[in-house]
Amino acid sequence: MTKLRPRLSLFGIGAFALLLLGVAPLLLTDHWLGNLGKYCCWAMAAVGIGLAWGRGGMLVMGQGVFFALGAYSMAMHLTLETAGDGVPGFMVLYDPLAPLPAFWEPFRSAAFTLLAIVLLPVIVAGLLGYALFKRRVKGAYFAILTQALAVALATLISSTIRETGGDTGLSDFKYFFGFVLDDPANRKLVYLITAALLVVCLLVVRQLYRSRFGELLVATRDAEERVRFLGYDPANVKLVAFVGAALMASIGGAMFVPIVGIITPAEIGAAASILMIAGVAFGGRASLFGPALGAMAVGWGQSSLGSTWPDGWTYIIGALFIVVILFLPNGLSSVLARFTAARRSPGEQPAAATATLQLEEAKS
Amino acid sequence: MTDASLVVTDLHVEFSGFVAVGGVSFDAHPGEVRFLIGPNGAGKTTCIDAITGLAAATGSARLGEQELLGRPVHKIVRLGVGRTFQTASVFNELSVLQNLDIAAGRHRHWAALLRTRRDVDPSIVQALEETGLADELATPAGILSHGQKQWLEIAMLLVQDAKVLLLDEPVAGMSQDERTATGELLQRVAAKRIVLVVEHDMDFMRRFATRVTVLHQGKVLSHGTVAEVQADPRVQEVYLGTAGAATTAAMSVVPDVSAVGLASSPAVSAVGLAGSPQTAAGTQQQED
Repeated sequence: MTKLRPRLSLFGIGAFALLLLGVAPLLLTDHWLGNLGKYCCWAMAAVGIGLAWGRGGMLVMGQGVFFALGAYSMAMHLTLETAGDGVPGFMVLYDPLAPLPAFWEPFRSAAFTLLAIVLLPVIVAGLLGYALFKRRVKGAYFAILTQALAVALATLISSTIRETGGDTGLSDFKYFFGFVLDDPANRKLVYLITAALLVVCLLVVRQLYRSRFGELLVATRDAEERVRFLGYDPANVKLVAFVGAALMASIGGAMFVPIVGIITPAEIGAAASILMIAGVAFGGRASLFGPALGAMAVGWGQSSLGSTWPDGWTYIIGALFIVVILFLPNGLSSVLARFTAARRSPGEQPAAATATLQLEEAKS
Repeated sequence: MTDASLVVTDLHVEFSGFVAVGGVSFDAHPGEVRFLIGPNGAGKTTCIDAITGLAAATGSARLGEQELLGRPVHKIVRLGVGRTFQTASVFNELSVLQNLDIAAGRHRHWAALLRTRRDVDPSIVQALEETGLADELATPAGILSHGQKQWLEIAMLLVQDAKVLLLDEPVAGMSQDERTATGELLQRVAAKRIVLVVEHDMDFMRRFATRVTVLHQGKVLSHGTVAEVQADPRVQEVYLGTAGAATTAAMSVVPDVSAVGLASSPAVSAVGLAGSPQTAAGTQQQED
């Protein structure tokens, strides 16, 4: 189950990349390409959740926090780029003489912004994870804590309207690192960057899952105490997965801003964080493609059904959730695995053959 | 492998006022299969918990020059102390090979963790042959038989290169043949390592123990060779009430009967009912 057939998964990622980077830009309208880009951003966060939750057993219910770190870093930079040398418009609205808050200042620099998108989630997740995992906080306590953080951050942003734009959020970005965002060609470029980053995220988790670390992470998920008695500190193992998940959420958040053109606390709060989890559970949290495809499917449902039939959409996603958890606890991706397992005769085990070969090689 | 001995001196473990272990001392050396026996609640498992850092304890437990008490669990493991649990705890979703590979990993550089395994570690090949699991390499550990899981745990300790193997009821629930195989395995392993076995099964103890320490209510009741311990009247009393005659029957005869069989044989059950609550009936139960 946990062993990915190497060629097949690489081929899958290749096909996925071809569809996203080659086929989609040719076939889709600008509007739908933008939507697909948005789903890619959620998918990046979802791939991280798959790593932390599916493989690591940490139910990260507050990935909105890390999504926000990336998104607001990017949004502050784009806002300042649009405002030029002045102070952003929404700040002047409340107080014409308002100075730029000190924490905005470094985001004028493109290099600082890019570094912040990568380093902020690593630092925050590192400190948070260290404190939690060393104290052996896990299970529901961990989930509630991360969820509370998302609520707290959303509330903080809502209440600091002068500094962060509050519930209105940050929007009306004109430039993206010098490129005019209104230009369809540039928008396509932003989409391609996003899709490529998603493919990179998939390649990274594929390697992680195939590596010894991936095995150790599953072992830690299933029997943390046993891992401790093998001489590892499970806290460190979980920390790596947690930080990785935070980084992916942050990058997704950062790309969300130029694609969607607005970031508000609603996109990073409790509900948004849970919707990210929903996509992962739907697709299959422990599989390679499940989280990404699940998040994209939920995103698509959100923007098509959610806008034409908003009342019904809530029921549909609720019902889907119940069906998946009742009948497919490992998500939709487990349907295929079940199907192939049923077709294969019980005595035949492809993994056994390769493992025996490995043993023979080691002996000789 | 090592000449260092495990020396436990005046070990005390208290659980919110209840003294589980009150001043236990014993030692174990490479080359012997050391047994720790005693009725239910005697504190055997608690001793192991204390040595491995799972339970807070006072006193001293030294491996060679190193004091073990007071260190976190994974640091104690890195000093070479490995243990198994009453209920086999292996990684059910991972294959036998993956289980062993993780156990072998503590000597690896962290960067090696990010790479895919390309071959089987020689220490794993050796441990597989030692424990007779070579054919189960790709089997998920979850579908191994009970005995095989216990062997896998011992194999994990071997690839982990533990200097001290603390085994908590390694033959519980095993068939007679499996018990014999396990005992012989432990004797081979003990040639180079310290092996300390917590057991309820008297027959197994008698066949494979080099030296025995008997615990009772958190204190050392007796220690010595199997014959010495069996001859000790206090041990006979603790195990089988005051019925000295039944002691001989239970501890030295009954050849091919396991702990469960022993307790269910009429003579012993009768004694168990008549004697103190901690008698033969306790031998078939698992200790908390």
